[in-house]
Amino acid sequence: MSSIGTGYDLSASQFSPDGRVFQVEYAMKAVENSGTVIGLRGTDGIILAAEKLIMSKLHENTTNKRIFNIDRHIGMAFSGLIADARQIVEIARKEASNYRNQYGSSIPLKYLNDRVSMYMHAYTLYSAVRPFGCSVILASYQDDEPNMFLIDPSGVSYGYFGCATGKAKQSAKTEIEKLKLGQLSCKELVKEAAKIVYLVHDELKDKNFELELSWICKDSGGLHVKVPESVYADAEKAAKQAMEADSESDTEDM
Amino acid sequence: MMMQTEMNAYYPDYSTAPIQRQINPYADNGGSVVAIAGNDFVVVGADTRLSSGFSIYTRNQNKLFPMSDTTVLGCAGCWCDTLTLTRILKSRMQMYQQEHNKQMSTTACAQMLSTMLYYKRFFPYYISNILVGLDNEGKGCVYSYDPIGHCEKATYRAGGSAGALLQPLLDNQIGQKNLVKPSSEDLSQEKALAILKDVFIAAAERDIYTGDSVLINIITKDGTKVETFELRKD
Amino acid sequence: MFNPLESAPPLWHNGPVPGAFYNFPGTQRIPAANPITHTQSPVTTSTSIIAITYDKGVLIAGDLVASYGSLARYRNCPRVIEVNPNIILGAGGDYADFQYVKSFIEQKIIDEDCLDDGLKMKPKSLYCWLTRIMYQRRSKLDPFWNNLVVGGLQDGVPFLGTIDKLGTAYTDKVICTGYGAHIALPILRDALDKKTNLNLNDAKALIKRCMEVLFYRDARSFPKYQLGIIDKDDGVKIEGPLTVEENWNIAYMT
Repeated sequence: MSSIGTGYDLSASQFSPDGRVFQVEYAMKAVENSGTVIGLRGTDGIILAAEKLIMSKLHENTTNKRIFNIDRHIGMAFSGLIADARQIVEIARKEASNYRNQYGSSIPLKYLNDRVSMYMHAYTLYSAVRPFGCSVILASYQDDEPNMFLIDPSGVSYGYFGCATGKAKQSAKTEIEKLKLGQLSCKELVKEAAKIVYLVHDELKDKNFELELSWICKDSGGLHVKVPESVYADAEKAAKQAMEADSESDTEDM
Repeated sequence: MMMQTEMNAYYPDYSTAPIQRQINPYADNGGSVVAIAGNDFVVVGADTRLSSGFSIYTRNQNKLFPMSDTTVLGCAGCWCDTLTLTRILKSRMQMYQQEHNKQMSTTACAQMLSTMLYYKRFFPYYISNILVGLDNEGKGCVYSYDPIGHCEKATYRAGGSAGALLQPLLDNQIGQKNLVKPSSEDLSQEKALAILKDVFIAAAERDIYTGDSVLINIITKDGTKVETFELRKD
Repeated sequence: MFNPLESAPPLWHNGPVPGAFYNFPGTQRIPAANPITHTQSPVTTSTSIIAITYDKGVLIAGDLVASYGSLARYRNCPRVIEVNPNIILGAGGDYADFQYVKSFIEQKIIDEDCLDDGLKMKPKSLYCWLTRIMYQRRSKLDPFWNNLVVGGLQDGVPFLGTIDKLGTAYTDKVICTGYGAHIALPILRDALDKKTNLNLNDAKALIKRCMEVLFYRDARSFPKYQLGIIDKDDGVKIEGPLTVEENWNIAYMT
């Protein structure tokens, strides 16, 4: 951020002399202020997990969800500004509906990813608009194949086996890399996802959080849904146990 | 060329001009409404038959729409227009209530209905409307409309498919027209109700679009009372 | 109203549209005005729908043929569908219009599922919505050429309503459209006069009888039909193809 104040960071339509678009980088900063979101791709589906930080105890716990349905067979999780994300959700739903209207079948995730990422990219080109302050993970399970993409505020997107975005994306990625993603099924991955979210949660800075878990896999019939309550409870329990075991071993070390 | 056009006048089947056709957006779904007002009440009745041609769609269709505690609208004619008009009216009544913190008066409602009908002057709602209620003094009143918004205040009125049949009957029985010894008594609620039922029986005998049963609303300062009355069902 | 073809809105007023080619202002040509054409008459048509309520639900039946004038052109055209666990829908009239209506109803249900609030549309809402759509199209003098019959459970209470191409809508215990209004409706009304509270078996027997009579008398009917059932206990079922029991012995003068 050495170039702050040199005037090249006021507009998304201007490069800085060293070839950067500061507005886009600032948008990525906005993403890093928000709770961690991860996506894990297993053999038979995808798990989305979000750490929803609770700003006030007065909030109702089911509100401001961070995982959305785009179509029956597509889920989206985001980190960043919720209001910005909702617009992306709206656009993604429209594109999915539009595709169904024209071709009579559900949109393949590859196409949806293209359209949504192009849309986000368009907001990095003009001085009259600002980029989206959020990253989104798109997940689907179609024709026995799980797929997952992560789109940045810049409009860049990649397909992933495992991805993370938000506050603790670095440590989450490190944890994800330890998993054997090509071999684990969704049932096993739910617990891993919950563990990672609990693990990377920073208790000192953010007190409360709510774990959101959704999946889209064989067991859910190819539909993107919140994980069933029993699965959720098991995963949360496993995560909490892992945390306790972790802290005990920490004290032993001391 | 000339020849051809001339011939086409005689042989329309051979015309090469584009044929223009349109669907008929209206339907006549029948139904009759009769309203009679007295000094401190008003009664309104509508038959419950919804029909089209020789088919009876349903024998049990309410055609009286409460607008407020003291106002009721009776509709007969094109049913799809009735559904639309009454739905818009209902929301306008609600908007008025929320803006002014009071219910719209019968007279205001009567004027609003006229305006709403005339707004669709060139694609009218094909409905004969009869709006009844109590005015600000608590006196019964009846407003009748043509489809494009002409409004007339009266004390009794018949409308709908048997309207032309019943109006002269009401003129005689309630308006005391053409009587040698007209009575000077005020019209009582019982008498009004009895006449209303009688005229519907008469209408059901002669008009195939009126029958099955009559739904009656009796509006007084104490509220609206609903009554039904069976008619012939053939 | 719904506009499925509309995708992303422009970035700002009169500005570029994401995903579309950009046109510099003032260079666009207005295409020559063509006369607007409207549906004047139906093309591929289906015949009657018959429907009846019973103590715990609703039955809707319609045969499987779509005719091209007097030609029985398509012989496997289902037109009784499940909308959601609360609603079934039957349609007669132009089959293309029905398919279009069906597609946007399905999209509406998907949109609703996406909200994930656990609420499901109830039959009265669909009935009212379809009434508005049919009325709007007739007001443009371009109607959907259909008779729609909506059946379902409104908070556990059987609901049956119908809408025609003008937006004429009503509810009743028995509803028949098309030729059925002349032939089947008197049979059903008579049965209901004799026994007011029918059970499922009574209702099924009546529908079977009516489909039989209709097959003998309606030249545009077909001996294969579907029967949609929505029941308080057993949920939605679309049975079929069922076959009309034909008996033409009387035709042989022996």
